[in-house]
Amino acid sequence: MTGRYEAMWERLNLDLDAHASLLEVLGKFYGDIYMSQQGRLRGMEYLDFVLSEIHGLRIQELQEARANGRKVIGTFCVFVPEEIVWAADAIQVGLCAGAEAGTEAAEKILPRNTCALIKSFVGFKLARLCPFIESCDMVVGETTCDGKKKAYEIFSDYAPVYVMEIPQMKCAADRALWKAEVLRFKQAVEDLTGRSITAERLREAVVLINQRRRALQRLNRLRAAHPVPISGRDVLLINQVSFYDDPKRFTQKIEELCDELEDKVRRGEGVADGAVRLMLSGCPMAIPNWKLPYIIESSGAVVVGEESCIGSRNTRDLVDESASNLDELLDAIVDRYMKIDCACFTPNAERLEHIVDMARELNVKGVIHYGLSFCQPYAMESFKVEKALQEAGFPMVAIETDYSMEDVEQLKTRVEAFVEMVR
Amino acid sequence: MAIIGLDVGSRSIERVVLEESSGKWTWEKAPTTFDPLAQCRRLLAHVDGCSVVVTGYGRRLVAEQFPHLCARTVTEIQAYARGVHHLYPQARTVLDIGGQDTKVIALSAHGSVAKFEMNDRCAAGTGKFLEFMASSLQVPLEAFGHFALQADKQVEINSMCTVFAESEATSLMARGERPQNIAMALHRAVVRRTLAMLRRVGGASPLVFAGGVAHNPCVCRLLSESLGEAMIVAENPDVIGALGAALIGASG
Repeated sequence: MTGRYEAMWERLNLDLDAHASLLEVLGKFYGDIYMSQQGRLRGMEYLDFVLSEIHGLRIQELQEARANGRKVIGTFCVFVPEEIVWAADAIQVGLCAGAEAGTEAAEKILPRNTCALIKSFVGFKLARLCPFIESCDMVVGETTCDGKKKAYEIFSDYAPVYVMEIPQMKCAADRALWKAEVLRFKQAVEDLTGRSITAERLREAVVLINQRRRALQRLNRLRAAHPVPISGRDVLLINQVSFYDDPKRFTQKIEELCDELEDKVRRGEGVADGAVRLMLSGCPMAIPNWKLPYIIESSGAVVVGEESCIGSRNTRDLVDESASNLDELLDAIVDRYMKIDCACFTPNAERLEHIVDMARELNVKGVIHYGLSFCQPYAMESFKVEKALQEAGFPMVAIETDYSMEDVEQLKTRVEAFVEMVR
Repeated sequence: MAIIGLDVGSRSIERVVLEESSGKWTWEKAPTTFDPLAQCRRLLAHVDGCSVVVTGYGRRLVAEQFPHLCARTVTEIQAYARGVHHLYPQARTVLDIGGQDTKVIALSAHGSVAKFEMNDRCAAGTGKFLEFMASSLQVPLEAFGHFALQADKQVEINSMCTVFAESEATSLMARGERPQNIAMALHRAVVRRTLAMLRRVGGASPLVFAGGVAHNPCVCRLLSESLGEAMIVAENPDVIGALGAALIGASG
């Protein structure tokens, strides 16, 4: 895609040489991990296409929208209420944070022992490698952990950062705080776009994003079948793409893929004969963080569910569509987002219940808890998760890693040993 | 029929030949060197009509490079669990400190793996740590444990990071501390780390100590001071992986 988009990337002030090598590495990585799979669904061709155009066609669409006066808002967290963005006719996109690219640049302004995700988004910006962030009129940060909280202060020297305060408990006072934050965000989006959010527009946005969640819920129900009809890697990719593709188009394409999947389930066709069913739980995996799922699915196992922000945490709950006026709609949004069981909350018993329920419903043999190195909330919570799973009869192994490839052999040993143990 | 178990570790390669009918086995050990494939080629010469099971870091490499053997691979976790259960059926926990990794494995009453822990990618607490420290004190690795046992005074090394522990050792040397005392402090650091892993797995006794570092008399003494009677040092601690692999091959 290089030739076609070079002028656009140059206008976006990307480092063209470094960006070209990033795309080359990404392409090769994608080929090894995705294209090598046998018997994939036809519907995955759309995902292959979207990914091959990740920095091309989609960025061009964003540029065209901006030329027509629409604003682009970038986010790093499932807490940012998308409905408000779309209701103001702006576009929300998830930002680059899943590769080691730009680490050296990031370490100039961040401590070395910072989690890979934070280092990655700062690095992408400093090394001028992410056309998404260069297309943003506003970047929304949030206070889900101390690392991110402080990084956004530094990051605001380089990008138009707006920070939302995420409550850390779920009492009435916290809900009130969150409602105030949602209203403050609504105002900020209205100021940015020059459009006021009406009840009608907000309801349309709620339905739009609910439809996408429903499509992903349907996908999750279908993949739960025996035998598993789609690889965990493919579903992870679908979840990752859901953050930056146009929601309407994406929903339609995923519904089509689900139709195909439904036929496959009816015919009893599996994608990984004899593979051990496992579930992933823990930190999010941004594109192209496919290392662990790939290792798992090369070790005689298949991932049948992700308890993660890039997974069920982002799709499980819908916004109530029955509200009749603007305030009720906003309350419905507040309530829906307060159900998110991020490890930043204390206490966070819902997350443990959800993990155990998922493990039961998906009928898994075990759970792999994934933590990014230096991500304290998830590392701490993994002890409680293991205990809850153990009591429910599910073995768990905790794996902590980052985006580098240097520990691949050790991870393989652990994952293989876990698969041998639960088989 | 004979079954071969091969454990391709970071420092040494062990081969066990197990006679399926009699259960008798023999073993051989070779250093890994920088050309492990050549070592494996030697250890696997004349192997024909046998089934081969490979474990250890080089397991996949061997399986790929000797396709005619149709070798099966198992992880060190499974291999050590099986090997220990065979030799010490009463064992409920396996501690395996190898060249590159430390593993703690909790065994069920039937000898299957119930839970395991492995050190993360850093070398803290592994054989590599001792090897590195022995060379910085200019003591041969094989003699390092005996050397540490000549300590006459307790000094502390607190860091478990290989690099920081070395700078602590350097500061102690600069203060004129006897190298034997420093060596002892380094051994205690390894044992502290190991005990923390054991506590996490909640290993029941008896515990069998296996892997190359079980040859180190100082680590053995310090561990048994903490664990008491409940610890058994495996008789041939580095053969257990290869034996376990062969036994897994024999049971199909």
